[in-house]
Formats: sequence, structure tokens, C-alpha cells
Amino acid sequence: MTISAAVIIAGIIMLSLNAYVLLAGADYGGGVWDFFAAGPRRQAQRDLISHALAPIWEANHVWLILVIVLLFTCFPFAFSTFAIALHIPLTLMLFGIVLRGSAFVFRSYGSDDNATQQRWGRVFAIASIVTPVLLGMCVGAIATGNIDPTMFTAGFGGSFVDRFIAPWLTTFGVGVGLLALALFSFLAAVYLTVEAEGTELQDDFRARALWAALAVFVIAFGVLALAWREAPMVRKALMAGPWALPFHIVTGVAAVTAIIALVARRFRLARVAAAAQVTFILWGWAVAQYPYVLPPSLTISATASPERTLTLTLWGLGVGACVLFPSLYYLFRIFKMERR
Amino acid sequence: MLLRLFGMTDLFAARSQMGVSLAFHILFAVVGIGMPALMVIAEHRWRRTGDAVYLELAKRWSYGTAILFAVGAVSGTVISFELGLLWPEFMHQAGAIIGMPFSLEGFAFFTEAIFLGIYLYGWDRISARAHVWAGAIVAFSGALSGIFVVIANAWMNTPRGFTLVDGRFTDIDPIKAMMTPAAFPQTLHMTLAAYAATGFAVAGIHAFMLLRDPRNAFHRHALTIALLLGAPAALVQPLSGDISARYVAKQQPVKLAAMEAHFETMKGAPLQIGGIPSVSERRTKYAITIPHGLSLLAFHEWNAEVKGLDAFPEDVWPNVTVVHFAFDVMVGLGTFLALLSAVILILRWRKRDIVSHRWLLAAVAIAGPMGFICIEAGWTVTEVGRQPWVIYGILKTADAVTPMPGLIVPFISFTLLYIFLGVIVAYLLYQQVLKSPRGDDTVPERVKAA
Repeated sequence: MTISAAVIIAGIIMLSLNAYVLLAGADYGGGVWDFFAAGPRRQAQRDLISHALAPIWEANHVWLILVIVLLFTCFPFAFSTFAIALHIPLTLMLFGIVLRGSAFVFRSYGSDDNATQQRWGRVFAIASIVTPVLLGMCVGAIATGNIDPTMFTAGFGGSFVDRFIAPWLTTFGVGVGLLALALFSFLAAVYLTVEAEGTELQDDFRARALWAALAVFVIAFGVLALAWREAPMVRKALMAGPWALPFHIVTGVAAVTAIIALVARRFRLARVAAAAQVTFILWGWAVAQYPYVLPPSLTISATASPERTLTLTLWGLGVGACVLFPSLYYLFRIFKMERR
Repeated sequence: MLLRLFGMTDLFAARSQMGVSLAFHILFAVVGIGMPALMVIAEHRWRRTGDAVYLELAKRWSYGTAILFAVGAVSGTVISFELGLLWPEFMHQAGAIIGMPFSLEGFAFFTEAIFLGIYLYGWDRISARAHVWAGAIVAFSGALSGIFVVIANAWMNTPRGFTLVDGRFTDIDPIKAMMTPAAFPQTLHMTLAAYAATGFAVAGIHAFMLLRDPRNAFHRHALTIALLLGAPAALVQPLSGDISARYVAKQQPVKLAAMEAHFETMKGAPLQIGGIPSVSERRTKYAITIPHGLSLLAFHEWNAEVKGLDAFPEDVWPNVTVVHFAFDVMVGLGTFLALLSAVILILRWRKRDIVSHRWLLAAVAIAGPMGFICIEAGWTVTEVGRQPWVIYGILKTADAVTPMPGLIVPFISFTLLYIFLGVIVAYLLYQQVLKSPRGDDTVPERVKAA
């Protein structure tokens, strides 16, 4: 593995996606639990979710913008091919993003009457469920290696379905979509156990976290099975590659730790373990498709922008990080370290 | 079938979708630049004077900002994807050159979102000083992110920082690509526009309320602060417009010709205001004509030669009617705002009470939406005026569009979504205004604070 500027930036894009999944992913998960709020503490659950999200969700959301911007700056051809092939799921995902964010503020700042609150709550919750599935489907489409730029050149035959639907609408893709939804819900439930006040409310989310962990387990195995047929690259890397065994071990350890910690009510530990588990799964995919940005043909080195752009971007990222990380630390210290 | 029904090509659908997305997003982006400044001024005054009306004002403005910022953030996300979804060939070719300002904008936007969260939800959690500073950082980073995005747009108007070999960009220099001839005029014009538009929109709302309730301290304070931001910006905007016009005359003469509906190249060219451009007859009918006006404005010379549309092949003309009309709307309303600002600032300088002049309050109320109309019209001039190019003189918009068919579907879907959101936002803001304190309530609060 040669470490070029392009590889470093590809790594930074993955780190940004990782941050998006751990932070904004949990915000979507919050919407899922808003949808499934039930029992005697239904309103308390919704209030906790809303209280947890309000100050941070917009900052969390920016990680996705950073991913997109870095992708088109440093891997423009991969970005344009990805945007052509996944036009439909990306557009639907954008609808979800717009409706979720808007509905959330409309609920927070709109009229207090119940009907209005419920209506926006519904839109927020449903958009929070649909958007992660679409995001997962886009990732799934990349991982299958179905997106070949030659499909979109002028001379290529192929029907509309062949070019614009078949690459992403696969059982594997749907599986990854559901996996993303389960992971986001799992993260949210675990985080909320830490933020909840009172044992009863904590137990509500503890139970939800454990159910979500079960869902993650089942769906993850389903996705691995589907990869056997539909995503040869993932199959090869995760079953036979040199990283396969260590990957399964660390992911398994993190998953089991999260569950034990939840059962033992060690919620802070559970939060760390859950975040680690999701991170390992994400990087499992990244390692599996290395050195491709967009398999089967677009590699990191072949689609990278000229060296000068990459170097300047790295400088920009360095300066940006000096502003970003202290600010983020300040934000999270104010709103997330209130209960010790 | 659907395509034939609307007679719309995919290219036109893509352009329309981009246009609708930008027109919608710009309203919220501008508010994200102007509103934080207003909030911070109000809060600062509260901290200094102890007048609780200022606190009430800062809080109410921050509710509005929260709603508008959220819609701006998500609609901005849509645009960052749409660059690829609609114009993949443009991003393929230009990504490496203009990615830099977008990356920097990403960090500015991060800062804005982080400190807005702190500002909105941190009233009781951080010190007074830290809170005012958080607001000031939101205001600053909001302006900065706007500047970075406009720098990227300026490159599309005056592309620099590369060598073109066989239609491909080589020898790329992203720094030079940020310092293009259009960058300074455009960012200056846009930043001033953001302050002028937000200031006058807010002033317009409070002036309207004051017409009915002239002694209301809440609305009086609000009007003063909003005009403090809006009036100076609107007053100097014509100067920045002059800088912009001269750069366009030099760098994009065909755009200038379309703006002015100026068909025939000539020395001592007249300025044409209004009128109906007729492309087939190569002339503009029914316009008010000011001899030598265009030469003077574009080059500051009585007899300067101004290239007309006839100096360019017709297939590189933008839509003359749209560009000329949009330009006249912008200049017309902008002039009104500048004159109104001059009156307001003179009265203020002579320590007269603005609120006691009902005609002036009415004028400010009418001026409320004008800044935003100017911004929409101005961007129409910039964007439609650059057509048929996406990168001026280098890449045609038609060659940049996605091969994805049926683009009318996302165009109509996004349009309906944005109309729906626009109605809801307007309704929520209207409710916020209705909830503002009545005249009688504002006096006791003042006493309470003292």
C-alpha cells in the first residue's frame, strides 16, 4: 500500500463519512425511535429525543456536505459517475433530508397544538426512517461494483432500467439499506440510554437498544450472505482476504461488549462499544473495496485530481480542522456533558 | 409522454430545477448572513443597556433564524448534490479547479452550524460574553461561507487558473482560480446585498407593525437595528454595482449587451431603460433612452465603444428579454432602496424620529421584499446572462447535463416541495410576528428590567 496524497484524502473522506454515521446517523435513529415511541412514557421519550437532537443535528449534518465536497474536489470523475448512476436514490434521499430537517424545526418552532405537533412529528419520523435506507442503498450499489462509467457514454446501448435502476436496486443494496437503518437505530438507542434521566426512561431505550442489536445481527448476516452472490469484492475481502479474520473478531468483540454493557447497565461503555462496532463495519467495507473509489474500474489513483489540488486540499483540511475540532469540542461539551 | 406534455427538454428541465433550487436556497442563505448580525446587535444592546425589550428582540429574531437556517441548510445540501446530479460533466471537468472554495465553505458552514446551535440553545449554559461571541461567530462565518460560494460562481464567469489542452484542463492552479476578475466585484455586491435585503425585510415587517401601533417600543427598537444594518449597505450598493458593471463590460461583453438590450456596437452608446427587446428586429422598442449613458456607465467615458449583441454570433447570446428585464428590476428597486436609505440616514443624522413620519414608515414597509427581489433578479442576470455557457467561453451548459432522461420529474417534484416548504415557513414567520408584544406590554417590561 503506497501512501499518496490521494490515499490520505480518500481516508479522510471515509473518516468524515464515519463521523456522519456516528453523529448524524444517530440523529436519524432518533427519528426512528420517535416513530416507535410507545408505552406510558411516550411523550417523555419524544421530548428526550428532541432535546438531544436540537442543538447538534445541523452541525452533524455538515459531515455529509464535507464528504460530497471532498469527493468532487479530489475524485471528480468518480463523483460525476456516481451522481449519474445513482440519480434516482440520491434524489429520493435528498427529499428525505429536506423533509426531515424542515419537519424537525417546524415541530420545534411551530404551533403548540397537538395536531400540528403530531403531523410534523410524523413527517420527521418517516423521513428519518426512509433516508438511511436510501443512503445504505447507495453505499450498497457502490460495494456491488455495478457502476461502470462506460454505461453512461454515448455509444452504450442498454435500457433505462439497465443503466439507471438495476445497478442500485438489488437485494444486496436493499440489505445494506436496512442494515444502515438498524445500525442508526442501534446507535441512537444506546446514546439515549446515556442521555435519559431516570431509570425508567433509560430502560425504555435499553430495551430498544437490545432489540436493535438483534436486528443488526440478523441483517448483517443476511447482507454477508447476499454479498456471496451479488458483491464479489466484498465477499472476497470479508471471507478470504488477509483482513477478514481480524475484522470479524474486532467487530464481534465490539458487538458483544455493547450488549453485555447494556445488560449490565454500563451505558457509557455501551456507547463506546456501539460506536466502535459501527466504525468497524464501515471500515470493513472501505478496506474491502480498496483501492477502488467506485469499483469495478475507478481506482483512487486513476480518478484523483492533479497533485496540486490534492496538496492544497490537504492544507485546507489542516487549517479547517484547527477551527472545526475545538468548535465541535465546545459544542459537545456544552450540550452533551451535562450529566456526570 | 410526460415530456411531450410539457414540451420541455431534459436540458431545460435540469436548468429549471437548478434555477428553482438556487432561487429557493438563496433566500435562506442570505438570511443566514444578515439575521445573526441583527441578533447579536440586539443582544449586545440588551447587555449594555439592560433594556429587556432588546432581549425579547434577540430571542424572537433567533426563533426566526432557527427556522430559516434549518431550511437553508437542507436546501443547500440539495444543491451540493445537484451539481453532480444535474451537471456531472461540469463537475468532472471543474471539480479539481473549483473544489477549493467549496471545501473552505464546508468549514465555514460547519462553524456557522456549530455556533448557531450554541447560540440558540446556550442562553442559560454559557456566560453572557461567550453567548454574544457565539452569535458574532455565526454572523462572521455565515458571511464567509457566502463569499466562498460566490468565489466558485465567479470562476464560472471568468475562468482562470489552468491551461486548456484539447478541451481538457491541465496545469491547474486552484488558488488562481479563486482570484478571478469576477471574484471581488461579485462577492462585494452579494455581501452588501445580503445585509441590505435582510435589513430591509426585517425593517419592513416592523415598520408595518408600527403603522398600526406607533408607540410600541419593541417594534421601534427592531426598526432601528434593522435599518442600521440595511440602510448603509443599500446606500453604497450602487457603487459596488458600478464596479460589477465595469467588470462585466470588460470580461463578459455579451452579457452586458444582453443586460442593456444593446444590439448594435457603437461609440457613445445610449442607456436603454425598460422597453421590449426584439431579437428578430435587432432592436429594443419603447425604451427610455439616455444618450451616451451606457458608455458612461460601462467605461466611464462619454464616447467609449460598447460592443452590442451584433459583435457575437447569435448562438452565444443569452436570453436577452429575461436578462434585460431582470437587470432593470434589480437596478430599479435597488435605486429606490438606495434613495430611501439616504433619506433615512439623513433624518437619523439630524436626530429626527423616523417613526413619526408615517409616509416613511409606509415606504419602508413597501421596501420590505424589495431587497430579496433584487437578489433574485441579480442572480437571474448573472446566471441566465452566462448562458449558453456553464463555464464562460469553455463548456456549454448543454454539454454538461446528465444523460439521465425524464428530468422533468425531479424538476416538478422539487418545485412542489419548495412551494410547500415556502408556504409553511411564511406561515410560521407570520405567526411569530403576530406573537410579538403589544405596545402596552413593552413599557412594564422595561420597568421590570430596571
